[in-house]
Parts: sequence; structure tokens; C-alpha cells
Amino acid sequence: MKAKILTGTHYMLGDHACAEGAIAAGCRFFAGYPITPSTEIAEWIARRIPLFGGIYIQMEDEIASITALIGASCGGVKSMTATSGPGYSLMVEGIGLAVMLEVPCVIVNVQRGAPSTGLPTLVGQGDVMQARWGSHGDYEIIALSPNSCQEMFDLTIKAFNLSEKYRVPVTILADEAVGHLREKVVIPPQEEIKIINREKPKVPPEEYWPYVPNENLVPPMAIAGEGYYVHMTGLTHDERGYPDITGEAHEKLVRRLIDKIQKNKKDIIEYEEIMIDDAEIVVVSFGITARAALRAVKEARKKGIKAGLFRLITIWPFPEERIAEISKKIEKFVVAEINQGQIRREVERARLNGVPVIGVHKLGGDLITPDEIMEGIWKKQN
Amino acid sequence: MEETKLMEKKVHPLEEYFRKERLPHIWCSGCGLGIAMTSFLYAIKELEIPKEKVAVVSGIGCSGRVAGYVKMDSYHTTHGRAIAFATGLKLAKPDLYVVVFSGDGDIAAIGGNHLIHAARRNMDLTVICVNNFNYGMTGGQFGPTTPLEAITTTTPYGNFEYPFNLPHLAYSSGATFVARWTVLHAYQLRQSIKKALLRKGFNFIEVISPCPTGFGRPNKIGEAIDEMRYYKENSIIRNGIDPKEAELSFRGKIVVGEFVEEERPSFLEIYQKFLKEKGVEK
Repeated sequence: MKAKILTGTHYMLGDHACAEGAIAAGCRFFAGYPITPSTEIAEWIARRIPLFGGIYIQMEDEIASITALIGASCGGVKSMTATSGPGYSLMVEGIGLAVMLEVPCVIVNVQRGAPSTGLPTLVGQGDVMQARWGSHGDYEIIALSPNSCQEMFDLTIKAFNLSEKYRVPVTILADEAVGHLREKVVIPPQEEIKIINREKPKVPPEEYWPYVPNENLVPPMAIAGEGYYVHMTGLTHDERGYPDITGEAHEKLVRRLIDKIQKNKKDIIEYEEIMIDDAEIVVVSFGITARAALRAVKEARKKGIKAGLFRLITIWPFPEERIAEISKKIEKFVVAEINQGQIRREVERARLNGVPVIGVHKLGGDLITPDEIMEGIWKKQN
Repeated sequence: MEETKLMEKKVHPLEEYFRKERLPHIWCSGCGLGIAMTSFLYAIKELEIPKEKVAVVSGIGCSGRVAGYVKMDSYHTTHGRAIAFATGLKLAKPDLYVVVFSGDGDIAAIGGNHLIHAARRNMDLTVICVNNFNYGMTGGQFGPTTPLEAITTTTPYGNFEYPFNLPHLAYSSGATFVARWTVLHAYQLRQSIKKALLRKGFNFIEVISPCPTGFGRPNKIGEAIDEMRYYKENSIIRNGIDPKEAELSFRGKIVVGEFVEEERPSFLEIYQKFLKEKGVEK
């Protein structure tokens, strides 16, 4: 029996679309720990992945889950986990390890109201900064934000592709509303799905050093068991992978970890712009909230207000150059997000000429409505 | 004799198993880690396991440095997480011999949860846990195996806590092979590691090791050689006993041996049976 992905049109839960997307992307290892509102991803994977010869393993906690992903990925198997805020808090240790070891893996965070145990069953978008800065130290990271069940599928594939290409952990920063939404998802045939795999070493083992970067600043990756005698350490290391505890080695390594994302931003960053060209007011949003923002923008247009929508698909790295460019032509930004202004600060940081940035925020638990965003559009200042 | 020839050429019999450019190692003189590491490497050599088929996973601490010295695929992970990492690696690459080499603090304190759950799953791993009764790398603090009343930098008035009996912990969690040796028992240790490498399921070997700097000095144990003499005079070999009876005490007798050897399907055996029955093609 050879299993196949569910090509065709489906009425599907967001969490399930994400899980099927992972399988379509080639994920064959999932380690996780049940947590609302991401559990349906684990359940779907547990049912599906063994049929593809893959592994579902339920670990003892989220630290074990993320660390097992890194181990599996070092064995050459594409790996994913899914969690929500409390689990993500535990995973940041492993995310730091994956950054340092440069091991591809995908982490889905279906956000809920927080801090702490917070609102297990209700929506939140408060983990934006944690996804950026959660682990200790300086590093660059990739996070994507789906706003539909279709994107739960599509962006999961994109997350794997980016993770493999740049050897960096990628977070899918979903939210409870998108995770538990049920809508149409179109799944193409497997052969039409673009899959990127990590670059393999081009030299024989005796000439191979694990951290000599390619032209994209990403080192080709040897996996365990192929005679390359890879050494990886979370300590600061040189191009051989050996510990080198000096400021010089640290500067070289961490600079490259930052640059490999920063210098490839054009390839990584994706956003959607609707009615931006002549816009005087631009609403910035992401995830489920971007759907209310689109409605608000359309209502504003009906009232003769020149509003547009800038929807973040890539949250990190943040598209600051594009925000700066847009800010030259507009009167103000409105940022709508279910948190107290995490993306608003980014927009404030990136905009030029002190263009006003109006925040439309909630603490979590409820969606932001189009009417609330309309109020932001009317507002002169915070 | 192959080894005599090597000696004439001044080549270490385990040379091919080391990353020579990484030597000398960082361990203190009198540390038992060298013996534990070479016992492991001799086991690989004598079993003629190709070294590209062995992966070594370590956590943090003195024992964690083993991964940095062996010329194999080797991973120096975060503190306590070696077993979790090894679980992922083994499941991704079932044909690899995946060996966790780490210390008592790493495996039984911060990584204790991973230890008991990997044992419960009968996960196909060999865990070599070097127990030196303290956190050596950070300068000799007490840990989960420090005996009651022992002096460390954070138990200046003597340890108020009871230690783990690691073989008992591993066995009661589900490990199917459990042994303990001191580094004085290098030959027996090597034989137990060989046995573990050839077995399915979760294999746990505790290695009692001197730490003259961190544990020996404050407890007035003397030089490493005194500690080895202590092992010689106080070790009792009791194969096959219930690990519950293998409790250690401060400067008391050291019960060593192969305590447990049981057959129970491992995680991979159960999973692979499912794949076969279901007729799954990858």
C-alpha cells in the first residue's frame, strides 16, 4: 500500500489542512505534545503519517518534542511539531539549538489568549515577539502567518521549503480562529507541489566541513550515517563544527546566521497588497485579523476613503523596507492585531517621516471586528 | 599482535576513532571519563561496527564533551536533551547505532523526564551515564546522585537530599538492559556496552567515575588513584539482582554488575511490525 496526499477540493479544518500540507511537503517525522488549539494537527498526523512510513511520536513535553525534531532532521527526515503558546514557551530552548546547529524544522504555533495558561480555547495573536526573540541571544528567524485554511496548507509547504533552503527553524504563527476554521481547501497533485530540499555536500567526506557556507550563506548539510562524521554543537563553533569560544569566532558565526536571513529577505518575504496604489490610509494586519481588515478597507472605500490593506504573510523577517516605501505616500497606518501592539511597534520602527500609526488592539479571546478597524481608520491619533 | 605493532609505531589503538585535531581533551587529570570513552570505543572496535554507523549524542557538562572527541557523527546538544535528540535521530535512521553519552546531572536531573519516558517506550537506544556524583563542569555543585551528607560547593553543610539509584530508576521506568560498573571495571564495562549495542530497546549503563576536582577534594577522598583503590576494595559484583538493592551510599559499598536483561519488544519493533502488517510502502 502506497499512501497519497488528498489531492482535490476539500471542506477542511485549518489544523487538518496544515497537517496534510506537512505530509505533502515531505514531513515524515512529527514529535508533539497535545495542546489546545493545535491538537487536531497532531491527531491528523497520527492518523496519516504512519501510512506514509513516517513517525508520529508523542513526547513527554514540548522541550523533548522540539529536540526530537532536531535529531530526526539531522537524520535527514523532514520534521514538524505543533503547539500553542504554553508549549511554544518550552520550545524556545530547542529553537535556539536549531538556529545554532542550522537544522531545518517546522514549528506550528496555533496562538491562543495568553500569558500563561490564558485562554486555551480562544484566539490570540500575542506570540509575535516571542517568535522573533523567544530564544536567548541574537539571531534571525522566519515566521509565517496564514489567514485561511488554504494558507494553512500552502504556507506549511512554504515553511518546509524555507526551512530546508536556509537551514533555519520556521514558525507557522497561526491562530485559534484559523486553526479551527473550516473552509474550502484545494490540494494539487503531489507532483505539482514545489518542494525544496536542503543542499547536500558536494565534496567527499574528507574534504567536508559542516559549516562552510554556499553563495546564499547556507552550508550544505550532511546527515548522520553517511560517513561525513559530522560534529554539531550548540557552543559557538568554527566551520569544522568544532567549539571555538572566542569573540572572533562568535562574530563570524552569529553574523552569518543573521546575514543568511537578512541578505535573502527578498526571497523569503511575502505579503499581500490590496488597493495600496492610491491609498491614503493603509491597514496592516495578519492572520485571521487580516480578514476583518479587508472587510473594513472595502467598507471604507464605499464611503470614499482611500484605504488599502497590507497583509503580512511573512511576519519575520519583517518587511520594513516595503513599510518605509509605503509610508512615503500615505497619511497614516492602522495596525490591527489581537495583542497590545507587537506589529504596531514594528510599523512605527519602519515607517518614515513620522507617519501616524493607529493601533487597533485586543488582548485576546475575541476577534477584532471590521467595525473596530473602521474606528481606527477614522481616528486621528492613538 | 596488532596492538604491539601499533605501539611500536606510536599509534594509539583507537586512533581512527578520535578527532585527533580536537585533542588534548579538557578533562582534569584523574577524571574517569577517558576510561569510559575508550571502553565505549573498544566496544565499537571489537564488534567491528563501521564507525559511520554509530552516532554519539551528548548533553552538557564534562561527559557531554565526549561527542566532541569521537570521529563519528556526533551531536553536542542542549543540557538534558541528549535522549530526546537521540530518540528523533534513531527513529529517522533506524539502521544507526545511536548512543547517548552524558553525565548524571544531564541525564537524571534536567533530563530526567526524557530518561524515564525513553525507558518507558523501550526506545532503541544505548545510554551511557557517567556518574561522578556532582556537577563537575560548573565547579562541583551537588546533583541528583550526590549522596546524603556529601560536601559540594552548594551543600557546604553536607547534602540534605537523597540521591537517585539510577539503575533502579531506569529499570522501574522500563529499561530492558541495566548495568553499573565503575571505571575500574573497564573490561566488564566494555563487555556490557557491547551487549547493549547489539540489543534492541532501551539499554542503560551507569559508570561510576572519580571527579578528583569537583567531588574528591571537598570530600577528602584524596587523589584519583585513591578513588580507584576505593572502588577496588568496595565494589561488589552482583549480576542479576533487583536494581532496587543496588543503592549507593556515601563512601559505602558499590554494587556493580549487569542487573537486568529482559526481552520486551522495543518501540521500533512494535512500529515496524505495524508497517509490515499494514503493507506500508515508503
